Amino acid sequence: MKRSVTPVFWLMFGAGGIIAALFGPALVLITGLLVPTGVGVNPAIMDYVHTIAFARHPLGKLVLLAVISLFAWHGAERIYLTLKDMHLGRKLTLAWLSYGSAGAVTLATAAALLAIGF
Amino acid sequence: MRRPYLRPIDSLWWAKPPYLAYTLREAAGIAIAAYALVLLAGVICLALDENAYSAWLRFLASRWSLALHAIFLIAMLFHVWTWFAIMPKTMPRLVIGGRYVEPRFITAAGIVIAALASFVLLAIALWVRP
Amino acid sequence: MMAAESTAERRVTIEVLRYRPDQDTAPVIQAYEIPCTEDMSVLQALQYIKDHVDGTLSFRWSCRMAICGSCGMMIDGKPQLACQTILRAGDARPLRIEPLKHFPIERDLVVTVSEFVSKIESIYPFIIPKTPRTPAEGEYLQTPAELARFENFTDCINCMLCYAACPQFGENPDFLGPGAFALLQRYNGDSRDAGHDKRMALVHTENGAWSCTAVGYCSDVCPKHVDPANAVNQNKTNSALDFFFRFLPRRGRSERGA
Repeated sequence: MKRSVTPVFWLMFGAGGIIAALFGPALVLITGLLVPTGVGVNPAIMDYVHTIAFARHPLGKLVLLAVISLFAWHGAERIYLTLKDMHLGRKLTLAWLSYGSAGAVTLATAAALLAIGF
Repeated sequence: MRRPYLRPIDSLWWAKPPYLAYTLREAAGIAIAAYALVLLAGVICLALDENAYSAWLRFLASRWSLALHAIFLIAMLFHVWTWFAIMPKTMPRLVIGGRYVEPRFITAAGIVIAALASFVLLAIALWVRP
Repeated sequence: MMAAESTAERRVTIEVLRYRPDQDTAPVIQAYEIPCTEDMSVLQALQYIKDHVDGTLSFRWSCRMAICGSCGMMIDGKPQLACQTILRAGDARPLRIEPLKHFPIERDLVVTVSEFVSKIESIYPFIIPKTPRTPAEGEYLQTPAELARFENFTDCINCMLCYAACPQFGENPDFLGPGAFALLQRYNGDSRDAGHDKRMALVHTENGAWSCTAVGYCSDVCPKHVDPANAVNQNKTNSALDFFFRFLPRRGRSERGA
């Protein structure tokens, strides 16, 4: 029987999982709770001027692409397996839906980051 | 005579103990993906123009978004816990000084490192005054 | 002097899922009410039923001490060894006993084990030495640290409780499964062995490590603390890394999979 191709998705699931485990709570806290309410942080750290500067920097692009796409691939693998456990569709259908969505997110992020320029 | 009988599996196994805990653990992945979508929306708005980005910031400040991110935060913390609980299973048995290292020490080490990493990120955000 | 209650006869109702291929079209519950004591095991209860109530009841057993792996069954919905499970004497609820989940039933509590045996035979369950050795060369030398890396996997008694626990095996009976992986890792993790590549060929397939979704219940039910979940999941890491690194030159890569 031939090799499974799952390792590709599993490694991305793993990378996304590690980043989410290390930085996820802080990221959600900062971007989703502290900055919008202005509690504890200066909300200006995420204003247009600073964010666009971050997104224009090659390292900033890398960070944004890594976080968004790897979180998406991490979620996709788990959602795929859970939908499969729940018998909500054929294996191939669920795979295309889940991994396809993550692929779309990756492409959209890359396109937006390129559009932002340098 | 032989006439083996194969019982059909319960198609709702994932919703019942002891498997429900596993399904809930995997559900944390939904929150992680959903948070990525929120960030993607932000990046797209950033690429459009300043008005679009301001609209995204206003959405973040809304009650719905704050409630959503509170749920994301709980899901992320749950993810940290369950991630490092399962991590030792994906590694070969760790033997240090001739003795086997119990998985709970690996889990504890992982959680400490994650706490440090998130703390450092948080400290940077709290300290930076642009 | 024993207290009065412990000499009074307690009775317990045992519901057994029965199946006689020559007379039943499907399994059916049969209830037995028997006397019991606080320290009686489920196996002893079944033996009482067979000896005094219904000689047609069929079940596997041997050692009575959790080392032969014969008496695995579903006891109140949990995969357990009957010899190791003590009756809840004094509990009013009936005890439900069913054959191990996910396996075809031959008769009553006896399940088909031939597929499982084929699986453990398929993973090269023997030391494959790096170079052929003769007894004249003496024994292999192994340090306690080297032993510690795989010793727990040698404790498997082939009781198949882990297969009853694994929902992915229930979904896919072709999954190699936790028990076979424990044995596989017992050899891949052994410093004397050099057969890693042969075994990894099975690991890389969809029915290998990639059927596992890390539920972990297999390790929870294992009566010998083998931790089969670790055997499967560390091989996910091995398989995933190998997926990409197989294109690198072989020189310098260790033959041992541990």
